Amino acid sequence: MLGFHVVKRSKDATPWWIAWLIRIGAILLGALVCALVTVVLTGKDPIYVFTTMVNGAFGTERKLWSLLQGIAMLLCVSLAVTPAFKMKFWNIGAEGQALMGGLAAAACMMFIGESLPNWLMLLVMVVTSMLAGAIWAVIPALFKARWNTNETLFTLMMNYIAIQIVSYFICVYATGGSGKIDVINASSHIGWMPSIGGKAYLLNVIIVLALTVFMYVYLKYSKHGYEIAVVGESENTAKYIGIDVRKVIIRTMIISGLLCGLAGFLLVSGADHTISRDTIAGRGFTAIMVSWLAKFNPIVMILTSFLLVFFEKGSGQVSQICGLNASFSDVITGIIIFFIIGSEFFINFKIMKNEKEGK
Amino acid sequence: MAEVPAIELKNITKTFGPIVANKDVCLVANRGEVLSILGENGSGKTTLMNMISGIYYPDHGQIFIDGKEVEIKSPKDAFNYKIGMIHQHFKLVDVFTATENIVLGLKDEGRYNLKKSAAKIKAIADLYGFVLDPNKKIYDMSVSEKQTVEIIKVLYRGADILILDEPTAVLTPQETRRLFSVLTRMKADGKTIIIITHKLNEVMEISDRVSVLRKGEYIGTVLTKETSESALTEMMVGKKVELNIDRSEPQNPEDRLIVAGLNCENREGVKVLDNVSFTAKSGEILGVAGIAGSGQRELLEAIAGLQRLESGSIIYNNPKTKEQENLRNKTPIQIRELGVRLSFVPEDRLGMGLVGNMDLTDNMMLRSYKKGHTAFLERSKPKELAEQIVEELEVATPSISTPVRRLSGGNVQKVLVGREIAAAPTVFMAAYPVRGLDINSSYLIYNLLNQQKEKGVSVIFVGEDLDVLIALCDRIVVLSSGKVTGIVDARKTTKEEVGLLMTKTFGDAEGGEK
Repeated sequence: MLGFHVVKRSKDATPWWIAWLIRIGAILLGALVCALVTVVLTGKDPIYVFTTMVNGAFGTERKLWSLLQGIAMLLCVSLAVTPAFKMKFWNIGAEGQALMGGLAAAACMMFIGESLPNWLMLLVMVVTSMLAGAIWAVIPALFKARWNTNETLFTLMMNYIAIQIVSYFICVYATGGSGKIDVINASSHIGWMPSIGGKAYLLNVIIVLALTVFMYVYLKYSKHGYEIAVVGESENTAKYIGIDVRKVIIRTMIISGLLCGLAGFLLVSGADHTISRDTIAGRGFTAIMVSWLAKFNPIVMILTSFLLVFFEKGSGQVSQICGLNASFSDVITGIIIFFIIGSEFFINFKIMKNEKEGK
Repeated sequence: MAEVPAIELKNITKTFGPIVANKDVCLVANRGEVLSILGENGSGKTTLMNMISGIYYPDHGQIFIDGKEVEIKSPKDAFNYKIGMIHQHFKLVDVFTATENIVLGLKDEGRYNLKKSAAKIKAIADLYGFVLDPNKKIYDMSVSEKQTVEIIKVLYRGADILILDEPTAVLTPQETRRLFSVLTRMKADGKTIIIITHKLNEVMEISDRVSVLRKGEYIGTVLTKETSESALTEMMVGKKVELNIDRSEPQNPEDRLIVAGLNCENREGVKVLDNVSFTAKSGEILGVAGIAGSGQRELLEAIAGLQRLESGSIIYNNPKTKEQENLRNKTPIQIRELGVRLSFVPEDRLGMGLVGNMDLTDNMMLRSYKKGHTAFLERSKPKELAEQIVEELEVATPSISTPVRRLSGGNVQKVLVGREIAAAPTVFMAAYPVRGLDINSSYLIYNLLNQQKEKGVSVIFVGEDLDVLIALCDRIVVLSSGKVTGIVDARKTTKEEVGLLMTKTFGDAEGGEK
């Protein structure tokens, strides 16, 4: 019988550079398939498609800042889910946690209005947003710790509740039957993140960069980070050395929720200045991929979130110029993710030609 | 009695890497008989049966069914030769009914006609005297009912040769008796039954012949009616092997840990520790002997603060303060805070004692990471400790930043034992510390245990090799089904005595020292 079979690579025999060669090869191959798909759909030559993509992402200063803001926001949510994932607590609810944070920020802007100086207003908003995110995250954690409920389903369901709460909020406070909330405090800019040197998104980017460093240090060098790693690797070991597993789960989910709430705040205060059901725009789910692809390393996550945002923005430009609809960028992103995830298989396994069986 | 061999194994050998699980095993089972396969833990019984049922494939040797040589490459092949195995750990879908589980995976037309299948199941159950409701869901069933489903599953598929892997390990005595009466009827119906066990009384009760394995080798087959429990024990444990382990006399032994009346139930409500009492003294090695799953794990975990107890007390005599502390139902942290220096090398090294994906340094920190007042980890001392252990215990590792799961079993154990000893314990517990280790690593571990003893540490050693237990320990506590069946002086006892105590099922614990 001729054919192929799959053999697990031994962990020692795969040096890190082979793994990276496989990953880079996969991205190139994915880009090739993307080009092929685009050429078939648009009839344009692939070089043109790629230059359009690069243009779409970096073309103008405005586009570059939009790319940076996109990376920062995706990275922020990814950093938020990472400690939970490292603990093997599958927090699929970042979308809802961030949305609740955003809602809290928007509510502050609407109801406290213009009675506070901007710096105090921002402080109040940060605190309420982070608290809202934390509350949304700690509920499933408490249930998990107390009754061992399934956190994946629980956090997922919490997303829909959050979306419905925001819908209700919009219904009640939508301006003049438009079905959406207009930009809040449009004239006074109270509760808006200040721009630095005319760059509206610079503060967002700086905050997220600082957060990245913080998360890296927290996971790698702090006692909390160590406990998270032990609980994630083996709950039995955690119990054996006397770690209170429940406490760690709850504490880590609070941190995860706080950061999700912060992401919601940054989106509302730093970019949208309003709230809608779509404020988080699926970042809560994309963040799961960013975190996994980077193997939960915050520094590597800068790279993975760049990759995803770049393809999103770039293919957005292609679809605009070639008259395709917005789903085109989802197709392209999907192809790239497929190849990146697929490459992990070839890092862990190798394909061997069957030898003739001897007895 | 005309003997037609239903199944015959010739010179079966199976190795896993350097470990020989079966070596030249020959076996014959006839139609209409119950054959017991007897042997200690790790003697290769289950491996052998897995080869008959198609889970493993032998390296060498032949299998004959009804006199014809066959090749069993998969469980499907085994079914085709009418061989059915009932595993120790049931393989059932919890949310399905008995009938659904039984027809699961079958390709015949009956699989969509559950009523018809249920009727057929009922007929099989009635024929052999099983009690089973075909429409009951598995999650509603007791352990014994689940086992019944497993047995009927193989009968439904037309099995003529049934292999039962330790079927009575999970049963109460009443359920065992019921199972045996069913087996007797199946035997009368011409089925061949192979039963893996290490309970001698059951072997004597149910089987016609007994084949004995020891350390992977085939020792012999005897007729049950011509043998006795003590003769079988001797076949099972073998002649005394001379081990050159130095054993010093305990120096000034004091009562360190007084365990009294421990009772513990597992999640299913089965008693896993039944009124266990003993005293561990300083400066001695106290062995714990028993068939696997007799309560050794629960006992050590209870002392280490990982297992809740129904009743009993664990009194620790603090050698420094001379105070007494009851450790029962305290957490490991609370125990440490009381100043009890307790080290524990658990059976599951990478799943409990260490974290496989962490490197040596981070594993050294497991016990001590909380030290220091800052929120950050202090890695320099653990690093020194890792380097020291690598040097002193000759751990073969590329570096101290290698994840421990990449080390070989012996080196993993050195890291774990090294860390636990570094905590300067007053009580040192080790569960199966030499399992899977080569002879040199094993001796290194024995020496470390002896050093601890000479330092005045109270060492509790759970072992499986009786030769080692007898040569290394000062006293041995024997457990059987969660009960202490005896505490013997290791210098005066014999393997046969310990072996008999290990397999003693009924009757009261003798207790007391000899």
